[in-house]
Amino acid sequence: MGLETAFGHSYLTTRLDEAVNWARKYSFFNYPFVTACCGMEFMSTFASTYDISRFGAEYPRFSPRQADVLFVVGTVNEKLAPVLKRVYDQMCEPKWVVSFGVCATSGGFYDNYATVQGIDKIIPVDIYIPGCPPRPEAVLDGLIKLQQKVSKESVLDRKYR
Amino acid sequence: MNSYLLETIRTKFPDAVLETHAFRGDETAVIRKEALAGVASFLKAELGFDFLMDLTAADYLPRDPRFELVCHFYSSKHNYRLRLKCPVYSDDATVVSLTPLWAGANWFEREVYDMFGIKFEGHPDLRRILMYDGFEGHPLRKDYPLKKRQPRIPHRE
Repeated sequence: MGLETAFGHSYLTTRLDEAVNWARKYSFFNYPFVTACCGMEFMSTFASTYDISRFGAEYPRFSPRQADVLFVVGTVNEKLAPVLKRVYDQMCEPKWVVSFGVCATSGGFYDNYATVQGIDKIIPVDIYIPGCPPRPEAVLDGLIKLQQKVSKESVLDRKYR
Repeated sequence: MNSYLLETIRTKFPDAVLETHAFRGDETAVIRKEALAGVASFLKAELGFDFLMDLTAADYLPRDPRFELVCHFYSSKHNYRLRLKCPVYSDDATVVSLTPLWAGANWFEREVYDMFGIKFEGHPDLRRILMYDGFEGHPLRKDYPLKKRQPRIPHRE
């Protein structure tokens, strides 16, 4: 933002963090990178019963350039890995990654020639949501954890990522 | 064992049929792979098998012949089903392509080639279908290392 370089670690920056993080954590635009059955629970989380818009994260952007959070939902195989990497690289800062389900987190039970053993082998991950697939409650819990993580960030952190 | 289909195939190709068996109407003929083209065209032209349901393979590694090609046929006219199996030796892993007879064999054969490395003579476009360019080996072979990974992009850490 420019301000942070002028003020550094000071009262002004921490106040600015509060305001910026408050805005960021309640307005996640997410990019759903949905590859497998976890997508059903992901949709369920978006639907009215669980209603992810209560947390301000209901707006999927299907262009990575407009997205804040990359939801990797489902199995990622070696063939797809360069695509995931490219999508991540196209996202603008600030950006976060949520690994949704065991397949994205660790490969799940697909310990074979085709499957990436966790997307953290390809891109950095902020929040892991376990489950096969995770229940919508778990997804909301993961989202709240991401909000808590974002609220502790400083605008100074971003340029070092 | 008094199946009309198996009986017909046995009398028509006495030298080609190695073995036949049937279990509750599930009929299988094991034939020499050299005779596959002849038997298959007979099935299509004379017995009305208009649909190739599946074409796949299996690897029985210590055994020789190592591979087995498995074809499932269906006749929508007569509601018949038939399974053909061909033993394939690893030093001569080449089988005739069924694509000229059933166009649906095209991708099945590409998959078998990709996963097992069995080549198909007369296939119009025998390339890998599932694995990516630069992938080495055939992953469903029993001697493919279980933990071997071939990443397309370098992994982190």
